[in-house]
Formats: sequence, structure tokens, C-alpha cells
Amino acid sequence: MNLRVIQYADIVAQIKELCLDANCNLPEDVWEALVKAQADEASPLGQNVLETILQNAQIAKEKRMPLCQDTGMVVVFAEVGQDVHIQGGLLSEAVDEGVRQAYKEGYFRMSVVKDPLERANTKDNTPAVLHVSLVAGDQLRLIVAPKGFGSENMSALKMLKPAEGVQGIKDFVVKTVSEAGGNPCPPIVIGVGIGGTVEKAALLAKRAVLREIGSTNPKPHLAELEAELLELVNLTGVGPQGFGGTQTALALFVETYPTHIAGLPVAVNINCHVARHVEATL
Amino acid sequence: MKRVLTTPLENVEALRAGDEVAISGVIYTARDAAHQRLVKLIAEGKPLPFDPKGAIIYYVGPSPAKPGEAIGSAGPTTSMRMDGLTIPLLQQGIKGMIGKGGRSSVVIEAMKEHGAVYFAAIGGAAALIAQSIKEVEAIAYPDLGAEAVHRMVVEDFPVIVAIDSQGNNLYEQGVAKYRDWRAEGAE
Repeated sequence: MNLRVIQYADIVAQIKELCLDANCNLPEDVWEALVKAQADEASPLGQNVLETILQNAQIAKEKRMPLCQDTGMVVVFAEVGQDVHIQGGLLSEAVDEGVRQAYKEGYFRMSVVKDPLERANTKDNTPAVLHVSLVAGDQLRLIVAPKGFGSENMSALKMLKPAEGVQGIKDFVVKTVSEAGGNPCPPIVIGVGIGGTVEKAALLAKRAVLREIGSTNPKPHLAELEAELLELVNLTGVGPQGFGGTQTALALFVETYPTHIAGLPVAVNINCHVARHVEATL
Repeated sequence: MKRVLTTPLENVEALRAGDEVAISGVIYTARDAAHQRLVKLIAEGKPLPFDPKGAIIYYVGPSPAKPGEAIGSAGPTTSMRMDGLTIPLLQQGIKGMIGKGGRSSVVIEAMKEHGAVYFAAIGGAAALIAQSIKEVEAIAYPDLGAEAVHRMVVEDFPVIVAIDSQGNNLYEQGVAKYRDWRAEGAE
């Protein structure tokens, strides 16, 4: 079998470009969702907030400035084809080098501390949080999401009892969003990971929050759950910035995985309205 | 529509939760690490690096300025992280705070006692907010980088009164108004 060679330097360049793009350009799907939210919002103050958020995206794009000063900790999902050979260095080092170059060149804020207790800044925004999965084929797919912590801090995980079922999931998601209030900068995007183990549920939630707005889970009962949860979240009244309103979330995505007979893990990952997610395939 | 405020703040009693306000004048930045140092100074009876009387503190850690710019993107950070460090500053005469998200009931009580107001800037509108920041100078703790205390000259800095000096709280009143809005036909 022939392995396709992908060079370390090409991965560095791609990660750098994705980081620069993600921090300054609001994704099209998020823009469209915000435009729709502004049209649908019942609160006049909420409408003004959404107008300001849209203006911010235009200014950031024109001036090549970060949409938000919290340019985040960079989360990368790398889907590596089994027939790929990476030459010239380690994938993890290529990702970090791309982040390092982008954050310096883009005048982005360095928001990563080396040790969670000692808290000295690494001064180059590395390391990224890299999730690697092996997939079929000879390509490398890179999904890059600079993750701000106003919203990350409002995320939550709970090990429900199987008997709590769908109602337990609904209660937990609504409680998490209500208690978060204005902190995660609503209107938010919500990823819900259900099943697996404790770390699998969290990872599912993170992957879910990066889905394209407008996409639905291919399983009908889960697509239905996504719609029901989104409706419930938007009935909390939290609204844009937590000032009260009808548009609390732009989208809600559910991802699932098989789990143990004794468990029902549920993770809720929240993203702010600056829902940065970009990808490229090498 | 918008109320115009200049610093230092006086007569904040007229401001009401939900008012949209444009601030012009001088504001000071401080977030987690700077708050710890400021509160330590107060505890030791030492002077603050700025005059607290009528001052506004902005909870922000901006992104770096590009060459020729005053500042990079500069939106608010989550205010509740400063809740445990706020009251000593209110006792020194701080009249305004700018951040995002709710405040603790203890802070709100102290705001009522000292006649202070809490403004929300729009989280994530950091490039837009930066346009109203004209001058920036680090005046204390430069070792903290983006978290140092900065003196900012602002013009028409856009905020919303989130909690007023009587304790009216937009995060509670606004949300209560729209909770279960579909059932009430509020659309």
C-alpha cells in the first residue's frame, strides 16, 4: 500500500491560516443565524444587542481585528487518514507551531497558562488541545476552534441515572443554560454529548458544538431532541447577553455514543455567539 | 435615546437598569490579578494607583495593539470573578464597574449602600468597543501584561445599565419578563 506523504511545514501553515481566519472572520453560518435571531427577537434591547454584535463582526473583518479579545485556547480536531504519513515532525508540534505563529502575527491575546495552579503564561498561546482520530483514507482533516472561557466556564457534565432518561437530560440542559445567564455571551451555541464514559461525553459535546448551524443529527429521534431542547432553552428568557429575550441560543446539537447499562452521562458544552469554527483538508 | 455620562461619575442615582449609556472620559482597567493587588493595597492602608473617587473600573484583558493603534480588541470579561474583591473598592469611592454577566447579592447590597452602578458592555463585541477607546496607558502592574491596570481615555463607550444603585437588576427583571414567553404569546 502507498502512503500519502503530508509535510510538517504544510500542517503548520494550514493551522496558522485557520487560526488567523477563525479569530477575525465570523463563520457564515453563525452570521446568518445572528441575522435571523435579530429578526426574531422580541426584546427591543435584545435587538439592539444583536445589531451591535453584527456590526462588531463587520468591523473585525474590515480591520482584521479579533472578534473578541478572548482569542481563546485553541481546540483542534485532527482526523488523520490511515494511509497518511506525516513527514518532518510530529503532528502535535506542527499544530502548536501554527498556533504560535498565528497568535504573534495576528496580535491575538495570549491566554494560556503553563500550569493550572502556578499560572505562568506560556506567552505564545500554546499548547493547543489536540484531539486525534484515525479514519479511513489518505487525507488530513483539521477542525480549528479557538475557545473562549467565558462560555467554556459555563459548561457542565452530569452522570444521570438511566431512569432519569430524556426528561433528566432536558432538565440538566435547561438548568445549565439558565444558571449561566449572561456569562457565556448569549445567544449561545450548545453542544450536548450523551453516553459513553465521562470523558467521551465531554468530547462528544465539544465536537457537537462545532457542527455547522442548520445541520441536524441524522437519527430522527435525536434530531427531534435537538429541536425540543433548543425550544426549551429559548423559553428560559435569558436572551441576548442575559438581558432577557427570546433568542438565548442560535443552535443546539446532540451527539451520542453507546454507554453502560448503569449510566447516562450528559455533557453540555457552551459556545458564545462568537462561535468560531473553521476547517480545512490537506 | 442614549444617556451620556462623563467621568468622574456623580449622581448615578438617576440611572436605571436597562438604560443605554455612552461614557466619555477616563476609565481604569482591572481584572482578577490586579484586583487582588488593589485590595491588598487597601488592606495595608496604601494609596491606589489612581484616584478612586467617582472612578469607573472596566473588567477587561485586551488583545495587543497593532502598530499605530491605541488598543486591540477590548470587550468585557465575566464580572462574577471579581465579586469577592469588589467591596473594598466600593468603600474607596468607586462609582461604576463595567463587565458582563450578573453580580452576587452581596455586591449588589454594597452597591446600594455606596451608591454605585454596574454597567454591562456587550460581551464579544470587542472590535466595536475598541473603536471608542482613544488612549491607553499602563499605570500599574505592567508585569501582568494584558491584566495590568490601564488608564483609558474613552469617547462614547457603549454600555447598558445592568444593575442600578437601587439594586434593580436587568439580569433578573429582563429574564423574568421573557421566561416562558411563548406561553404568554409574548412573541
